[in-house]
Formats: sequence, structure tokens, C-alpha cells
Amino acid sequence: MDPFRVLTGRTVVLPMDDVDTDQIIPARFLKGTTRTGLGKGLFADRRYAADGSPRPEFPLNRPEAAGAAVLVTGRNFGCGSSREHAVWALVDQGFRAAIGPSFADIFRGNALKNGFLPIAVPERVHAQLAASRGAAVTIDLQAQEVTLPDGAHVRFTVDPFARHCLLEGIEELEFLLGQDKAIADYESRTNQGRR
Amino acid sequence: MTVARPRTLFQKVWDGHVVSPATADTPAVLFIDLHLIHEVTSPQAFALLRERGLRVRRPDRTVATMDHSTPTTPLAAGARAVIQDPQAAAQVRALEVNCAEFGIPLYPLGHERQGIVHVISPELGLTRPGMTIVCGDSHTSTHGAFGALAFGIGTSEVGYVLATQCLLAWPPKTLAITVRGRLARGVTAKDLVLAVIGRIGVGGATGHVIEYRGEAVRALSMEERMTVCNMSIEAGGRAGMVAPDDTTIEYLKGRPFAPQGAEWDAAVAQWRSLATDEGATFDQEVVLDAADIEPMITWGTNPGASIPIRGKVPEPAGDASIARALAYMDLAPGEQLLGRRVDVAFIGSCTNGRLSDLRAAASVFAGRHVADGVRALVVPGSQQVKKQAEAEGLDRVFREAGAEWREPGCSMCIAMNGDRLEPGRYAVSTSNRNFEGRQGPGGRTLLASPLTAAAAAVTGRVTDARELMR
Repeated sequence: MDPFRVLTGRTVVLPMDDVDTDQIIPARFLKGTTRTGLGKGLFADRRYAADGSPRPEFPLNRPEAAGAAVLVTGRNFGCGSSREHAVWALVDQGFRAAIGPSFADIFRGNALKNGFLPIAVPERVHAQLAASRGAAVTIDLQAQEVTLPDGAHVRFTVDPFARHCLLEGIEELEFLLGQDKAIADYESRTNQGRR
Repeated sequence: MTVARPRTLFQKVWDGHVVSPATADTPAVLFIDLHLIHEVTSPQAFALLRERGLRVRRPDRTVATMDHSTPTTPLAAGARAVIQDPQAAAQVRALEVNCAEFGIPLYPLGHERQGIVHVISPELGLTRPGMTIVCGDSHTSTHGAFGALAFGIGTSEVGYVLATQCLLAWPPKTLAITVRGRLARGVTAKDLVLAVIGRIGVGGATGHVIEYRGEAVRALSMEERMTVCNMSIEAGGRAGMVAPDDTTIEYLKGRPFAPQGAEWDAAVAQWRSLATDEGATFDQEVVLDAADIEPMITWGTNPGASIPIRGKVPEPAGDASIARALAYMDLAPGEQLLGRRVDVAFIGSCTNGRLSDLRAAASVFAGRHVADGVRALVVPGSQQVKKQAEAEGLDRVFREAGAEWREPGCSMCIAMNGDRLEPGRYAVSTSNRNFEGRQGPGGRTLLASPLTAAAAAVTGRVTDARELMR
């Protein structure tokens, strides 16, 4: 995995609360067996009309959205289904971070395992970002700081372990695999051996 | 003398599964007793194992079935299901190959134990009190009904659990939801959980494990408790739990994978010790009175948008998300749903696809007929549910009423298997999500209980099922 250290990118603003993972990627796009190519399903029912033509009013279809890397989201983004495809679709489309007031638990966990950083910020910071769509922000994960379009700095908190993994570009799985002895000890201690 | 600190049900289950405790910098390593897998969220996890040359650490703690992308088209007796969709067929084939290669037991299409993953695991007695259970599906919270700590995970974590039988997790917070008194006649577990989500909101339990408590919860059957715990995730909860009691033990006794003999007695003693201790505290508490709960239905595009069946949809009053939901649902602010025409009734899913749900629906269908222009689908949650329902003659009640009696699967809850709500149509559904497009692009979902869905099927309108109950 590529390390995530400093990201400077333009924002796309999705001014909606409780965006569920069925909206991020509808279930009919979940029939594949790989992690790739899911960007075409990203927000499919929002982005495209029934005939497949893009809806010009949807934020991802506006000209300033091209090449954007940061999604500005409403409260409780990513609620609902556990589908990691939602994160894979965002990453496939070039997004590396989301900034919003809050995120659903499973989505946040999935995101952090795919080099995608969800950043929770206070409502006033969110309002400021939502009002300046297309502006660039800089996210410094080492410093745990976002530089807003007006130059102000905002600190954010992040799971310290996920931060370490992202900064070093290592997978959380590496840590778990390193626990092999502790797991074997647990299995024998609790009589959880193979049946 | 040391006095043990009072602990919650959640804390006891968590403590019993810590392989390595959390530190300031690293989450806890948590042992997983049971890993359920299905065709949709596992292929990329097996790909990870192959890329890394890893084995499945505990195939004996892993169980697979097929449910999400499989067709539920009715079959002639003895006929085999044919998957028309080549992508779905490839996904199902991949699960067969993966299970064979890694030695994982599989209940495939056509097997007498196949069904929705959250229906078959309790049926088999694989789900038991005090366990940690995960699955690449958010409705894994269902298994919390047994006093297990059960939660949905993404595909990366499916791979981690396959490889190590463990997960990394920070200790969540706890939320007690106490329901005092008893539910009134015609008010079901589904109404209870829709009322809870309406009260605390779709993000109300984020970061928390819920414990459902109180007289109304204790009075629920295991199937009803599963309905409640199933929808914990719809309030954002990491998991939902109910302490094991006589109801739990009665349900499990004699199940295929339940312990037997002396092992059973030891297990029962351990299960009985799991209940939250007197004096244990929760991070948050919510109290509801069962007497205040009416049959519920949702009007909007998330499960928190629930109102009593005779209630009115809200006015936006400047709230853009309410305005947007009303527009999607094509509902007028302040209107009553009661009497509104519906196109589809869907009875099934991991929320309400068990035998007691089908019995409730059949009690409304009996002696009545599906209204003109309405499509009614009844989809048993598993082959066992189907078999038991047929043994009771419920299938005949549904068919004689003009409803479709289908094969087990997730069906129209998720619309990735051929069962789909058409754009602009209204469905009263016993499933768990009314998200935009969830049941099919442009489809409009009203979540409700099996009684309410069956009442809508036979009247063609949103109906208070209590009016039809004899």
C-alpha cells in the first residue's frame, strides 16, 4: 500500500446527511469478484439518469469535480451496508479522503484499510468547506491537520494505529500476522483448539 | 477480599475474547469464534489469501452459504436452481471453489440447510451465547439476540479473519435500550425496533454496542429478538445484544451444532453467567415504554423515518433531507400513509423471514386474496423455514391468496438477484432498509412488520393490520 502522508487536493461537496453505502454503490455493482473497476458504479443512481446520461447537477458531474481527491460529506456518511466496495469505488474514482461531521463505523474501518482517510471535523468547519466547493485543501496526517482554503489550520483526531499504518504504508494484517504466538496461546488457554 | 467490578453482557463477552489487550497505540486483538461467509463479500478476501500465500487458520470456525445474489424463483420439486445472471453465477462458483480449496464447510444452493446466512446459523445452533461472530454483512448484528457479540465487517477484515481468526478492535461504548412493560396486541418486534431507530436516529448508536433490556425484550421469542438485533446497525450500532435466558436455552436445545450431554450443562451454566451484573453501568441509556409503541411504518429513505401506522409524514420545515426524502417518495408533507395505494408487498429477509414471521403473515392472508394490481412475494429465510412452513400448510395459504411462494434468499431486500422493485413503485417490505434504490433503482420502500405487509397485500393499501385481525 502506498503511504498516506500529505495530500493536497480539490474538494467535491456532497451536501447530504446519512449517505448510505447503497447510494455510494448500488448492490447490482457488487456481483464481481475483484476490487477493481468499481468507480463506474460510484453514486451510479445519483450521477446518471436511467438512460445512462450524466445528470449535470450532481456534484461529481460538475466540471470542477474532475481530478478532485477530497469528498466533503454530511453527517453519518457511509451508513448502512458493510460493503467495502463503497470505498473501492471512491478510491477507483481518485478520492483519497473525506471530510465531514461524522462517519459510520464500518465505513470508517473499511476506508482506513484502503488508504482512504475519513476526517471528522466540527460542524462550523464543515460548513466552511461546504461553502467553498472546488477549493483545495491540504491534509497532513503526520501533523493531524487540515489546511482549509482560507489558510486556517484545523486539527483532527484519528485512530493512532490506522494512522501509523497509513503513514508507513503497511497493512493492518501485518500486525495481526505478527500475533501468531499470542493467538495460539489464546487457543490453547481457552480450549479453543481445533475440533 | 477483592470484589469483582460489575460488568455488562458486552464487557463479559469482550473480555473473554481478548488475545492481546489494547494499548495506547494498538487496538485489542479479538478472537473470533465463528466466521460466516457468503458469495458477495468474500471473493476478494480469498484473493488476498492467494496473493499472500496464506491459509485459512480455522476452517472449522468458518461456515459458508449463498444468499445475496442467488435467484429465489420458485422451483418444481427436485429441480435445481439455475442462475441466469453470468456475474452472479461466477460469484457463486467462486465461493464453491474457495470453500473446496480452503476446506470450509459450505451450504450451497440446493442444500437442505441453505438460506440467508443470518437465518441458518441460529437454526443450526452455530450461533450461541457468549460467542464472537463476524460476517461480511452488516446484519450480522442479528446473532446478538443470543447474547453473542456479533458484527458486520468489510472484505479486508474477512481476509484478516480467514488468515488469523482474529480482528483488531478498539473497545466500543455501550448503550442500554430498556423497553418497559409489554407490547400491545398487533404490535411486533419489528415495530419495536422501528420505534427505537425513530427515537435515536440512524446515527444514534454509532460507536456503541446496544444491549436491549426490559420486560418487553424479555418477553420476546428468539425469532423476535433476532428481528430487533438485526436492525441495530440501522441505528448505527456496532452490535445489538440480548442477555441469554430460558428462552435462549430452550431455542438452542437439540440444534444440530448445540453441545450435548455434560457439555450442554456446562455451556448452559456459562451462558447464564453472561447477563449484565447488578450495578454495571452503560455509557448511554435510553428508556421506552412498550405501551407507547404502535405498529410502525417508514415514510422516508432511511430506517429512522418511522411513524405510527396512523401517523402523518413530517413537514420539511426547512430540513433539506426531509424535503429530499419526500420528493423521492413522492409524498406530500403532513399526509397520512394510511390508505395509500401500494404495488408490492415483500415478506422475507434476515429481518423477518423466519417461521414466526410467515405465520403472522399467513394469519392475515388466510381466507383473503391479494388485491388487484398488487404483487406479493413471500420468501422464506432458509430451506428449513420453507420446509417447516410447508409442513404447516402456510405455503398453501400464500398461494391460495395469490402470493408468490419463493425459494430462500435475500431476494428483494437487496435487488441483486433478479427480484427488484420497479421505478416509482411502492413496496411495503419486511426488510431492513428503505434507502433510495435499495429494492431497485427508483423504487419506494415502506418498512413494516409482516402483519402490516400482509395487510397491504390483501387491501392494496397501507392498512392498520389490527383492523384485519380476528
